[in-house]
Amino acid sequence: MRVVGKPLAKVDARAKVTGSTLYADDLIFSDTLFCKLLRSPHPYARIKHMDLNAAKAVEGVVAVITGNDLPVKYGILPISQDEHALESEKVRYVGDPVAAVAAFDEETAALAAEKIRVEYEVLDPVTSIEEALSEPTDEPIHDYGGPANIHKMAALSFGDLEAGFAEADHIREDVFFYGGNTHLPMEQHSAIATYVNGKLTLWSSTQTPHYVHRTISKVLDLPMQAIRVVATPHGGGFGGKTDPFSHELAVCKLAMVTGKPVKCTLTREEVFYAHRGRHPVLMWVRTGMKSNGRITAMHFKTALDGGAYGSYGVATMFYTGALQTTTYDIPAYRFEGARVFTNKAPCGPKRGHGTPQPRFALELHLDKMAEDLGLDPVEVRRRNYVSPNTTTVNWLRITSCGLEEITDQVLQASSYVNRQRAVGHGMGFAVASYLCGAGLPIYWNKLPHSECLIKLDRGGVTVYCGATDIGQGSDTVIATLVAEELGLWPSDIRLVTGDTGFAPVDLGSYSSRVTFMAGNAALDAARKLRNLLAEVAAESMGCLPGEIVTGDGKFGTLSFEETTQLAQERFGAISTVGSYRPPDLAGPYKGSGVGPSPAYSYSAAVVDIDVDPETGIIKVNKVWLAHDIGRSINPVSVRGQVEGGVYMGLGEALMEEQAYRKAMPKQPSMLDYKSLTSVDMPEVETILVETDDPEGPYGAKEVGQGPLLPVVPAVVSAVHDALGVWIDQVPVTPDKIMKALDAKAKGQAPRFGPKSFPDIAYPQYVKVDTPHVATQAI
Amino acid sequence: MLRLKPFRYLRPAGAEEAAAIVAEFDGEAMLVAGGTDLVPKLKRRQMEPSILVGISHLEELRSLRSTPEGGMEIGAAITLAEVTRNKDLEMHWPGYVQAASLVSSPPLRNLGTIGGNLMVDTRCNYYDMTYEWRQAAGFCLKKDGDACRVAPARPHCWAVSSSDTAPVAIALDATAVLAGPEGRREVPVESLYQDDGIHYTTKQPYEVVTSLHFPPRAGWRSSYVKLRRRGSIDFPIGGAAVALVIEGGRIIDSRIVLSGVASHPVVAVEAASYLVGHSLDPELVAEVADHAAKPVKPLDNADLAYTWRKRMVKWLVTQAVLEAGK
Repeated sequence: MRVVGKPLAKVDARAKVTGSTLYADDLIFSDTLFCKLLRSPHPYARIKHMDLNAAKAVEGVVAVITGNDLPVKYGILPISQDEHALESEKVRYVGDPVAAVAAFDEETAALAAEKIRVEYEVLDPVTSIEEALSEPTDEPIHDYGGPANIHKMAALSFGDLEAGFAEADHIREDVFFYGGNTHLPMEQHSAIATYVNGKLTLWSSTQTPHYVHRTISKVLDLPMQAIRVVATPHGGGFGGKTDPFSHELAVCKLAMVTGKPVKCTLTREEVFYAHRGRHPVLMWVRTGMKSNGRITAMHFKTALDGGAYGSYGVATMFYTGALQTTTYDIPAYRFEGARVFTNKAPCGPKRGHGTPQPRFALELHLDKMAEDLGLDPVEVRRRNYVSPNTTTVNWLRITSCGLEEITDQVLQASSYVNRQRAVGHGMGFAVASYLCGAGLPIYWNKLPHSECLIKLDRGGVTVYCGATDIGQGSDTVIATLVAEELGLWPSDIRLVTGDTGFAPVDLGSYSSRVTFMAGNAALDAARKLRNLLAEVAAESMGCLPGEIVTGDGKFGTLSFEETTQLAQERFGAISTVGSYRPPDLAGPYKGSGVGPSPAYSYSAAVVDIDVDPETGIIKVNKVWLAHDIGRSINPVSVRGQVEGGVYMGLGEALMEEQAYRKAMPKQPSMLDYKSLTSVDMPEVETILVETDDPEGPYGAKEVGQGPLLPVVPAVVSAVHDALGVWIDQVPVTPDKIMKALDAKAKGQAPRFGPKSFPDIAYPQYVKVDTPHVATQAI
Repeated sequence: MLRLKPFRYLRPAGAEEAAAIVAEFDGEAMLVAGGTDLVPKLKRRQMEPSILVGISHLEELRSLRSTPEGGMEIGAAITLAEVTRNKDLEMHWPGYVQAASLVSSPPLRNLGTIGGNLMVDTRCNYYDMTYEWRQAAGFCLKKDGDACRVAPARPHCWAVSSSDTAPVAIALDATAVLAGPEGRREVPVESLYQDDGIHYTTKQPYEVVTSLHFPPRAGWRSSYVKLRRRGSIDFPIGGAAVALVIEGGRIIDSRIVLSGVASHPVVAVEAASYLVGHSLDPELVAEVADHAAKPVKPLDNADLAYTWRKRMVKWLVTQAVLEAGK
């Protein structure tokens, strides 16, 4: 391969580093109006009355709209259509938008928003999972779901759980809590809309232009063909820009009302309210094990604090139970999950979507079981690793799987086995797995998940694809794949991406799907184009098309331009299309839509820390991260994603937390919401293992999310290695370590974490037949 | 983004003129040098002056020189970054340089001045928030409200002194020169502070800190140890400044000053006195640190658990004494 696998500069690198990239907030048109949202100061209240007169009277104000102007409900999932762009009856969290102002400048819009008089009837807020499970003092937060403030529950049972536990030599139960946190993208959300000739265009820092397109059509009652959504270059998404947002719908509506371009950029504080971040999850796990470490059965229960709205939450809830089985072969498995509503900023998908929490619990639980049985924690894992080309008990199809290789390599690189043992120094090991794209779309259909069109003419090659580059490098991946097929360089390819008006549909940058799905679609289109060109080149050279060698801008002995001209002379206008739809992978049960993926990536981490027993302060010395990438389309870009994942994982393990005082966000600022600074970030040694996935483009798998997952449990495992205490709750702040050390000194259980799991009335579990595929012997 | 409200910016010719303007527009005008503390607070409407009086351009506030008797005179508009690069300061007042180097981040040290850091506003996580947030949570005593949100029992503000450099300046007996419309006065840095989160300084709002004077400190060792969540950017959630004179293996003079634990830098006079006459024995240091830490009562208005911050004071003092004694 000439360009695949080469450490070439990303196609957008020059603009990014020279500051010439145009982000959403850089866009401005003449006569642009500026929009400011008025947000609720109450976590839970009924809106009694709104008076807009004073706001409308402010000089420079052009329009003020409320929920009455945007009455249609929406939500990213078809089963959770529970949001209004602007609420007119009830507010459900501090920051819930109730009105939008468009004015000549931002200061005027803000001043006018402040002048809107809203009369609220304050209700008693629901602030925790426990409160949400019991009968509310006021009405439930939403008029669906229940009982109490439960949003959605599920219970699934695979294999014979009772028999599995009966077979076990050792059974252990643990309770864990994963604190919620937010994405903290450098770029705040920003959107600008125009309405010209009955056509609406929205430029927005969104990860999912297609879903925003659909939502605008629904909420504003416009046909799809009258709307164009352009995803602008991103200053970070991480899942925080995958929902349709109030400000996006507000600027569209205001553009239609005023006939002028309207723009809204959130303040940093508003980004914390927009949230859709990591769900806080309380977890209970019970596992049966033979004395040799082989798992016989596992029962996993979760309770998620969803915040005020549905968002992706039902999917998140299922994800807290789905991927335990993609690393470990669990012969009998039961999962019970519940998501509740509380009066806090809505949670949603963040890098790893619903899987970092159970991964944290699962890995530490296995460490503890190994300790109980006097076994090596790495060996216990190896004994249970899934094998390639198997099907899990919950019907997930495993194809390429580099678990053994990444384990070998990360252990060797880090010298984990021969680590230096000293009080205050520790190393931790953990593994994880993640999807290469959700196997099913968000709304049910049998359409392609990704489509691509390539145009070829005297102007060269242009690739049109709805895929959205949010900094993860998807433009570079698509350009590289097409360039490889056509014998060009990635920089030779012109790209039109993330634009629903010009490019065919791609579902968006979520679930680590873009390299796999848009990549395969691009490859499909590029191969068709290559065949056309090879045909004319072969004819001209007097050889067979299969004999044509491409590369360095040549098709055989012809230049690419000569080949293009021959092809156009022969065929006229040239374009090819490609698409990708994953195979039907869902198992035969309700709830099987979450978890299936055409492939799974694997990551293993070793973390080396010093932790001071006098202060509880942790210093991370180094992280080794081995990742089964299938194949690197661009190894530098892959390493960047690994390092970013490690960075975010360390933040979640050590300090990041979307904290509240009752229902009031405690720290909605970048100074007070702590994430690692560059001086806190340790060296990361990345090891890439290529397993050549049979269905990935050139064998590639995902890297955007998986590498975060093992980092969090590995940090906690390292703390145990250093001080002999378990911190069963993240973030692992120094005060928690000191409390665990105090408990240890008093002869109590050497741990910090939740003491119990609430009694939740989960529905009767659905018993699912095991797939007819041999699992490993117990 | 958060926008600044419009204001007038005045550029006086000297410190006295600056003071006269602020005095004339009493309550309307504020002094500004680096602006690293003030500007974000203007955006959050914690302060709402209509006039800002710039002083960082004043030549006399930009001097940095040794005094004939071997001390040091540092103009108030000298930046924290300039302090960290000064070899004389590094040699004789290392604790002060250490403290300056630990303030915030490199870009902010390039802008932030030593006068600004001495006078930095007290902090509280019910106060250092936007107007909208404070409105939602309920305004506090320090701005726009009538009750303290941290300890509502009585009308007292518990915002925390968050200067890294003030405790070291106090430990090293530094004095500050204040210019008013009527003339100048020189006061010990220690006397600039009082136990009130709102009126945390005894300096009049119009008085301009023109310079900081360090008396000669040959033979003195000094240190500053800062507690914060991360390796950069964060304000102190605890800090200990220590100055010691050790002769023949015995301590003959000592100072311990704490930061980030009350509305003013806390001078632990008695604890420090226990060191005098003794060698730096770890057991004694632990006892002294314990004594210094005992009266300190952090509240739940800063980062991390206040119970843990309380516990860390002893550790901070221990580290700072050992560091100074090295």
